[in-house]
Amino acid sequence: MAEVLTFFSPDFLFSVIRVSTPLLFVALAAMISKRAGIMHIAFESIMLWAALWGVIGSAMSQSVVVGLISGVVFGVFISVSIGFFSMKMKTDLILASIAFNTLATGGTVFVLYLVCRDKGISSSLKSLVCPQISIPILRKIPFLGQVLSGHNILTYLAFVCVPLCYFLLYKTQIGLSLRAVGENPDAAESVGISVTKTRYFALIVSGVLAALGGCFMSMGYLPWFTRAMTAGRGFIGIAAQNIGGGEPLGTLLATLIFGLADAMSNTIQSGKIPTEIIQMIPYATTLLSMVFYSGKKITKRRKVKK
Amino acid sequence: MEPNILEMNHITKIYPNGFVANDNVTLTAKKGEIHALIGENGAGKTTLMKVLFGIEKPDKGEIIFNGEKVEIKNPADAIALGIGMVHQHFMLASSLSVAENIVLGLDNGFKRFDLKKAIEKTKSMAKKYGIEIDPEEKVQNLSVGNKQRVEILKALTRGAKVLILDEPTAVLTPQESEDLFVQLKQIKEQGHTIIFISHKLKEITSFCDRLTVLKMGRSLGEMDVGCMSEREISHLMVGREVLLNYEKPISIPKEKVLEIKNLTYIRNGKKVINDVSFSVHGGEILGIAGVEGNGQRELAELVSGLLKNYEGTILVSGNDISRDTVRMIRETGVSHIPEDRMTYGVVKNASIMENIIADRYYKKPFIKNALLDIPKLRSLANNLVAEYTVKCDDIDQEIRMLSGGNMQKVVVARELSSSPKLIIANQPTRGVDVGASEIIRNSLINMRTNGAGVLLVSADLNEVLDVSDRLIVMYGGEIVASFPSAKAVDEHELGEFMLGIKKQDMKEGQA
Amino acid sequence: MSVRKIETRFDILRLLLAVFLAMGVAVVIILFLSDDPQLSLKYLLLGPLTTKRRFGNVIESVIPLLFTGVGVCIMYSANQTNMAAEGSFFLGGVFATAIAIRTMPPVIHPILCILFGGIAGSFVTMIPALLYTRFGARPVVSSLMMNHIASSLGIFMINYLFFDASAGFTCSLPFQKTAKLPVFVSKTSIHIGIFIGVFVVIMGWFYLYRSKNGYEIRTVGKNVSFAKYIGISVPSVIIYCQVIGGFLAGMGGAVEVLGMYNRFQYQGLTNHGFDGILVAIIAKYNPAMVPFSALFLSYVRVGADIMSRMTDVPVEIVYVVQSVIILFVTAERFLGGLKHKSIVREIERSMAQEEKANG
Repeated sequence: MAEVLTFFSPDFLFSVIRVSTPLLFVALAAMISKRAGIMHIAFESIMLWAALWGVIGSAMSQSVVVGLISGVVFGVFISVSIGFFSMKMKTDLILASIAFNTLATGGTVFVLYLVCRDKGISSSLKSLVCPQISIPILRKIPFLGQVLSGHNILTYLAFVCVPLCYFLLYKTQIGLSLRAVGENPDAAESVGISVTKTRYFALIVSGVLAALGGCFMSMGYLPWFTRAMTAGRGFIGIAAQNIGGGEPLGTLLATLIFGLADAMSNTIQSGKIPTEIIQMIPYATTLLSMVFYSGKKITKRRKVKK
Repeated sequence: MEPNILEMNHITKIYPNGFVANDNVTLTAKKGEIHALIGENGAGKTTLMKVLFGIEKPDKGEIIFNGEKVEIKNPADAIALGIGMVHQHFMLASSLSVAENIVLGLDNGFKRFDLKKAIEKTKSMAKKYGIEIDPEEKVQNLSVGNKQRVEILKALTRGAKVLILDEPTAVLTPQESEDLFVQLKQIKEQGHTIIFISHKLKEITSFCDRLTVLKMGRSLGEMDVGCMSEREISHLMVGREVLLNYEKPISIPKEKVLEIKNLTYIRNGKKVINDVSFSVHGGEILGIAGVEGNGQRELAELVSGLLKNYEGTILVSGNDISRDTVRMIRETGVSHIPEDRMTYGVVKNASIMENIIADRYYKKPFIKNALLDIPKLRSLANNLVAEYTVKCDDIDQEIRMLSGGNMQKVVVARELSSSPKLIIANQPTRGVDVGASEIIRNSLINMRTNGAGVLLVSADLNEVLDVSDRLIVMYGGEIVASFPSAKAVDEHELGEFMLGIKKQDMKEGQA
Repeated sequence: MSVRKIETRFDILRLLLAVFLAMGVAVVIILFLSDDPQLSLKYLLLGPLTTKRRFGNVIESVIPLLFTGVGVCIMYSANQTNMAAEGSFFLGGVFATAIAIRTMPPVIHPILCILFGGIAGSFVTMIPALLYTRFGARPVVSSLMMNHIASSLGIFMINYLFFDASAGFTCSLPFQKTAKLPVFVSKTSIHIGIFIGVFVVIMGWFYLYRSKNGYEIRTVGKNVSFAKYIGISVPSVIIYCQVIGGFLAGMGGAVEVLGMYNRFQYQGLTNHGFDGILVAIIAKYNPAMVPFSALFLSYVRVGADIMSRMTDVPVEIVYVVQSVIILFVTAERFLGGLKHKSIVREIERSMAQEEKANG
């Protein structure tokens, strides 16, 4: 009984928001690339590289900002490269994603070793962490204050990105072009929009977002990079995007559900339910939601046909 | 005399595979007129317009627009000149609103997209041309007729002085077509020129000013609409040139292999097939004449089991097939030569052999010890290839390397060699050379003489008149004529039925 | 020279060039990194050949890849990018363990273990297949989720059902001697599982290219519309090809665990499934080519491992090599221009020949 109450404690809700941060970044990144019609599954690779370079950058320069920039720049580089292989070299997007993910898994360990002489963790590097922010008035509010104030700056950035993405997609010219390109590239070409250029733009934006998600892993809570630290978050983000229906708000809600599952698996410590089963929660949730969401999608399509 | 706004002079376009799409074609359009470009499928109309819109480059010829010689290298050039095109397959982003589609691509960059302004612009353009449309509605919720209005408005918004419409009524209901004609007249009144591509004569004569007739890639001339009767025009369009004689012993029809009763099929709200009834007997060839797009493809797909959800009854050899799978229907003895060869007829990247055995690899004589009996399959394939004189390196060659005619021969070889009771042949010789066509047609006749029933769907007048025993005509999803003896059919009359000019009294038309 | 020959030549050329490029990248990295690049390269390229044990490592590593590689070939031939072979392999090992720790008569014992492992594996890949045919959920994401679920479930079972409290680390109870697959090459760990693997390769090839199911799988993969038109039941094909792929991967997990270890001691997913995908891609989804691509991959892996132990170059360099190979092997446009020109030249040449013959 006491365990159930923990789910409503401000600490738990705080942790839900915290763990949702990287998921949200990736889900938004997936959303942008999906809307532009270049939906790849290599967000793991972007996150890993960004996490690594964030740590290296901040350690070398002793500046958080430089760390973030190096992570983001490299993440965008990866993102655009994926686009290059898909659009120019006509590599199948899934296979290219597999290649990039493999490259990242091994390549990050490789570079990690080069820089730190350690294959598992970068703790020898004095890398920095993004600051936590305590919001002045908000933190005084009972309960809500504990939940919403005191998060890492990247967390707030992630949530701010939701309306930013909305603005980009729906209130700018390029956003309109992007949506058209994703939905009917022929129609876009017929009015003179360059599908390739628009997709590269989408990859840059999505690269920035995914990279920030990666940076959060290594600079947002604990100041180090460990091998394979993304643990499938790149894919959960994709699933969240799926359920979110390509809309910023839906993506946010779906992400919070997965964040909830993730936080639950961290929090439940009681010996009653084995940890292994708990660890399954986020992934099983994803699977189940794909069932229900896809079912919804099919009935929606039938309705439109009528 | 109105000046010519557009002159396409001596346009010749030959596709890479050697097909001559346009042969020295000239088209002139006067400013402010509605000019019809008519001809059967494959006559070269779409190619000519693709040249005009910059999608294709002509091998010979020139284009003069507003008195000046121009070069149109891509759609952007065409749009810049003031040429707009409404394609047969709409180029719209369904989940976006009307206004968003209209202003798409007019401006790119990080500038703020002002939806309100887009809506205002759409409203004012719509008002100017008398087009009724809700700018905020999502395109996917629009009727087909309204989607077309959006496409027209899109072109007009980009400053189109010449508007090309490619077979616009193909997807419209009769009422929507009427509305379209009214709309076009209003646009004409605003000073625009319209080029209207179609094969439906009756519509054209009702509101077009002049027309140009294309046939087999050549222009047969242009004239005022009032000049000739519809009958005369239809003769020009579909009149036969070559008389091919096929030796046919008299058909002795047996029991019914196919019976269709009150068949109706609706797609997107439109009755693609409307209350159609007819039957086919073993030992006869029933031809369905008609220009492509009048429901024939759907009919073939319904009978072969690829489409379900129909109203009415389809009986194959007396069995109701509404619950049968494609394989079940095939196993009762139905073969199907599909209209779309590349999508449904063959596997492009597979060998000739793998294609030719595709319907029987799982059947008894070809399975030995749970494995495919490759030697038997190969010998069958080799025999069939020889029998149909398929020109290839060997049966292991990938089928996409063959010419269209040879590919079709493989399809026909496969479909006819399974001893079918009913053969559905949909445009069996389209895109096929003369030699292969003859082989295919003779094969169909042989099957029929040996007792099979053949449903021959064809837009080729020669073929349908020479090969069929009985004949019905489909137009707009309905049977508009029925002839118990194909030999006795007057081809001019047939053309009129095919183009929707005439319609038989239905009592007489029960086929 | 027919066009087909030209295309095959270019496929081979592309593969060789991709390998060459990848090794080139590796060489550059080594030159930069290593204090003694020559020595490092020597270990990378020749290391596996230096001792019997080292070469034995290469062969041992090939064995599980035969199973996962062929399994992926079958799944991907129907165009189903199901990545759950990873989870199938893992869970296959776990379920094999379940039987292996009990007492059973010899000969039947390993057979039962492998069968059990296969069945477990097939469930892992079947779920994404079902989700796709019933609900339209793309197998890519659902299969990856299944990997995590299979891994958690497997570890749970090891820790709660087959746990050996007396051992110093997390592992299962020891396998009964009768369950193990014996080593048959002295001074190595090469076990008789290799024969099962070779058997799977041969059966896999016959299945895919000589059985009616295999024909259906490949037809669905090449043209779904045609498959429907000719009467093939596409949903059935999608499901059974993934069930079989998962079964094989599960078998692989069982064989690996019974052949190489005395107890189940994996702490998590082992990457054999993903390696199987790599192997299958390079083998162009042809089971007959799987042993060769598996051999290549294992050789490079073992070489990199030796190099990393004897010199200062980390073993992860191998991932770089793999990724580069995949990227270039699958890039259709890579060498595409050259290929097109050759084909055009060939067609013109044969047309000219024809004219001469006719004229």
